[in-house]
Amino acid sequence: MSRRLADSRRRLRGMVRKEWLQIWRDPSSIAIAFVLPVILLFLFGYGVSLDAKDIRLGLVVEQMDSDSRNFAESFGRSDYFMPRYFSDIREAEQALTERRLDGIVWLRHDFSQRLLQPSPAAIAVRVNGVDANEARITAGYIQGVWFGWLEKYAREHGRELDTPVQLQQRVWFNSAVISRHYLVPGLIAIIMTLIGSLLTSMVIAREWERGTMEAMMATPLRIPEVLAGKLIPYFVLGMAGMLFTVVLAKGLFAVPLRGSFGALLLSGALFMLVALAMGLLISIIAKNQFVAGQIAIIVTFLPAFILSGFIFDIGSMPAPIQLITHLVPARYFVAILQTLFLAGDIWPVILPNLGAMALMLLVFMMIIRRKAHKRIA
Amino acid sequence: MDSMALRLQQVSRSFGDGNAATRALDGISLDIHSGEVTGLIGPDGAGKTTLMRLCATLLAPDQGSVEVLGIDALADPIAVQSRIGYMPQRFGLYEDLTVQENLDLYADLQGLAVARRVTRYRELMEMTGLSPFTGRLAGKLSGGMKQKLGLACALLREPELLLLDEATVGVDPVSRRELWQIVYRQVREYGMSVLLSTAYLDEAERCDRVALLHQGRLLGMDRPAAFSAPLDGDCYRLDIPNGVSARRLQRRLQEHPSIADALIEGETLRVVTWPGQAPTPDLLAPEFTALAFTPLAPRFEDAFIRLLRRPEEKPTQLPSLKQTGTPAAQDIVIRAEHLERRFGDFLAVKGISFAVRRGEIFGLLGANGAGKSTTFRMLCGLLPVSSGHVSVAGHDLRHAAASARQRLGYMAQRFSLYGNLTVQQNLRFFSASYGLRGARQRERIDWALQNFELRPFAGHKAIDLSLGYKQRLAFAAALMHEPEILFLDEPTSGVDPIARREFWARTNALAEAGITILVTTHFMEEANYCDKLVIMAEGDILAEGTPAQIKQQARSPQHPNPSMEDAFITLIEGHEVAA
Repeated sequence: MSRRLADSRRRLRGMVRKEWLQIWRDPSSIAIAFVLPVILLFLFGYGVSLDAKDIRLGLVVEQMDSDSRNFAESFGRSDYFMPRYFSDIREAEQALTERRLDGIVWLRHDFSQRLLQPSPAAIAVRVNGVDANEARITAGYIQGVWFGWLEKYAREHGRELDTPVQLQQRVWFNSAVISRHYLVPGLIAIIMTLIGSLLTSMVIAREWERGTMEAMMATPLRIPEVLAGKLIPYFVLGMAGMLFTVVLAKGLFAVPLRGSFGALLLSGALFMLVALAMGLLISIIAKNQFVAGQIAIIVTFLPAFILSGFIFDIGSMPAPIQLITHLVPARYFVAILQTLFLAGDIWPVILPNLGAMALMLLVFMMIIRRKAHKRIA
Repeated sequence: MDSMALRLQQVSRSFGDGNAATRALDGISLDIHSGEVTGLIGPDGAGKTTLMRLCATLLAPDQGSVEVLGIDALADPIAVQSRIGYMPQRFGLYEDLTVQENLDLYADLQGLAVARRVTRYRELMEMTGLSPFTGRLAGKLSGGMKQKLGLACALLREPELLLLDEATVGVDPVSRRELWQIVYRQVREYGMSVLLSTAYLDEAERCDRVALLHQGRLLGMDRPAAFSAPLDGDCYRLDIPNGVSARRLQRRLQEHPSIADALIEGETLRVVTWPGQAPTPDLLAPEFTALAFTPLAPRFEDAFIRLLRRPEEKPTQLPSLKQTGTPAAQDIVIRAEHLERRFGDFLAVKGISFAVRRGEIFGLLGANGAGKSTTFRMLCGLLPVSSGHVSVAGHDLRHAAASARQRLGYMAQRFSLYGNLTVQQNLRFFSASYGLRGARQRERIDWALQNFELRPFAGHKAIDLSLGYKQRLAFAAALMHEPEILFLDEPTSGVDPIARREFWARTNALAEAGITILVTTHFMEEANYCDKLVIMAEGDILAEGTPAQIKQQARSPQHPNPSMEDAFITLIEGHEVAA
C-alpha cells in the first residue's frame, strides 16, 4: 500500500518538475504570467479611464448679473471643467458641432427671475452624445454643480429650495469615483483567466501536437496524477501572477485594499481552480494549439473581459445578457475583487459569490473526471 | 500458449462515423511470441500505428480482444502499462528538457526504483552512445540521437514487452543499425519481447517473425524466410548488356506476363517471375537476345510484391510526353556552387556544389535533417541562400521572372494537395495557377486523368484517396504546365512498394523524354534509380557520382558487393572519423 503511494507520489513529482522546467524555459509562459500583467496594468491604469476630466464647457450667459456670474464662476472652481464664455448660443452650438466643446450650459437673459421658481428651468444644457459614456458623466457633473449652487443660493437667501425631489448624493467606497480603482482589481481576474485557461489549455495541446502526451499516456500514470500534474504548477504560477498584480496595483496606482489579504488569497485560489478547470476542459476537446487558443479566447477570456462587470456594468446590460453573465465565473470573482479592494471584507457580498464559484468548480471537475481518460481517441 | 507476449483476436477498429468512417483494422488475429522480435510491416495507412496503440492500451478496439502479457488490455490497462515500454512515432521526447531530465521524467513515470537508476542510466547511455550529451536539450540532438534517447526512455524499466512504432523511419542507416543492435541485446539479456512497426521492407529480414499488414488486414505472419521460401528459384539477376538502356529493359520485362517484378539494382536487374515461370533467353523480343539470367536467393521484398500483385494486372500506364530537348544534349541545367544556408547559428547546408545535366535523374540521398529539403528549397528559390550561387536553367530563381519559374515543377513533401477539393478540382486549381486556361487547360486535365489513371477518382475528395493515389495526383499536378525541370521532395515517403514502383516507372519515362528530375529520398535502395546522386549528412556532401561509383567507394574484401546502404554506412563512418 505504502509502496503504491510512494510510486504515485514519485510520478506526480516527476510531472510537476517537468512542468516547472518547461515553464522556466518557455518564455511565453513567463510572459503571460508576469509581462502581460504589467502591460495590462499600464493600459488600464494609465490608458483607459472612464472618468471625464477637463470637460470643455461652453458657458452662454445672455445677461451678466451677480447671480449668473456667481453661478458661471462655480464651474471654474471645479477640477472637472474648463469653461469658455460665449455671448450667443449659436456660436456655442457651432463650437459643439465642430467638437471644440464637450457641452454647453445656457443661461438665458431671465436667469435671475426664474431662479427658485418652480419650472421651467433656468438653465439649458447641451452635451455631445457621440461618446455616450462621457456625455452621461458630463451631464451628471453639470447637474451636480447646478444643484450644489442652487442649494447654497437658497440657503443664502433664506428660502426653501423648491424642487420636486431633493437629491442628496454621496458616493461611497470610491468617493473620488476614480475608475482606475475598480478597473485594476478587475484585471486580476483577467490575468488569472489567461494563465489558468489559455496558457494551460495551449500547453496541453502542445503536448498532443508533439506526441509527448501519447508517450506519457502509455506509462502507468493515473488520470488524477495527470490532472494534478498540470494543476499544481499552473496554480502556483497563477497565484504568483495575482500577487504580482496586487503589488503593482498598490505600489503603482495606489489602489486601496480595504479587505483582508486572507480573503483575497482565499477567493483568488478558488477562482484560479475554476480557471484551471476550464483550461483542462478545453484541452480535452482541443488537441492542437490553434484550436485550444481560439476556444480559450472565446469561452473564457472574452467573457471575462466583457461580461464580468470588469469594464461594463452588468446592471445596465439587457436582461438576457445579464442572465448569461451568471455562467461567467469571472463575474463572481470581479464582484469579490471590487468589494475587497474598495469596500472591505463584506462577507454578505463575498460569500454568495464564493459559493457560486465553488459550485462551478464542482460541476467542471465532475465533467473532467468523467471525460478525461487515458485513451487517445 | 504460455509463450505469447501478445494475443489479438478478431480485432477491428474504425475512425470517424457513418459513411466517412475508415476501417483502420479489420478482423486482425495475431499472436506475438515471447522473447522474439516481431516486425509489423506495411505501408502508411496499413493500420500499424492503430495496432501499436491498441497494444499500448491507448485505444480500445471496436470489436475483439487484446491480451498483453496475459492481461486483458481492456479490463486492466494500468497493469499492462506497468509492464510494457512504448515508443511512439517521433519518439515522444520533451525537446525543451535535457537528455538527463527526459530520463528522470520517464524513470519517475515508470516507477524505476531510485536505487537502480544510476546503473541503469549508465548502462543505457553507454549503449546508445549518449553519455557525453546528458546535459544537452533533446531538441538539439540529431535525428538518430533522438531516436536512441526515445528508445532509452522506453527501456528504462526493462519492460517485458517493447513496442516501437516506426522507430527507424527517416533515421540514417547507421543509427538504424545501432537501434537493431540495442534491441537484440535487450532481447538476449532480459528475454524481452519486441513488436516493431516499420515501412522499410529490408528490415523484415532482421526480425525473428514478420506480420504483414496491408489496408487493415493481416496478409501473413511467419518467419521472414518462410515468406521468401516459395520464391526459391523464381528470382534472378540479369546483367545489363552494354549499350542497352536499363530502364527500357526493365520496362519490357515488367510488361511480360511471366514476370512479377523487375528492379534496377546498379548495373543489374533483379527479376522475379510468377511461380514456375522460368525465364528463357528468348523471353523478350529479338532486340534483347542472349540475356543471361543468374539465379538469386529471394528476399522478403520480392515475396511482398508477389503477394500484393496479381499476374493479370496491367503494368503501370506511362505518361505520353512530348520530347523536350534531346537526352544526349548533356548541357548543365542546374548548378549549385558553394551553397550555404544558416538558421541562426546552425549551419543547415555547408557550402555544397554540384551540377545536373539535362534529362538526368539526380538524387539527394540522406537521413532526415541531412539538409536535403533546405538545399531543395534554395534551388527552387523558395529560400534565400546565405552564401554561394545557384542557377537553374540559366536563372537565379530568387530574382528571375515568373517565366523562368514556369519552366519548373515542384512536388512538395506530404504532397500539399487541397484535401477538401476533388481530384478534378485540384488539377483545375494547379493548372490555373500555372496560367493554363480554356481548351488547353481542359486538354491537360484530361491528359492527367488519363495518364495517371485517376479518371475513376475524378470526383473523389483528395483527402479520401489512399497515399499512393495522393502521390499520383500531386505528381500529375506538378506536370500540368509541362515543366522542363521537376523537383520531387520525398515523393515516396510512406508509400507502399507497389506505388513506389509505379512512381519510379513514371519518373523514368519523364527522364527518357528529356525532363530533368531532382529527387530527395531517405530510401537508400532508391538511389539505384538515379543517374547521378549525392549523399548528404549534416549539411555536407559525402560522395557524388553514379550509383556504381558510390558503391565502389565501399568495396572491400569483406564486402565484395556492397549495397547502397553499406556504402552509406562506410561513408558516414569515414566522415565521423575525419571529424
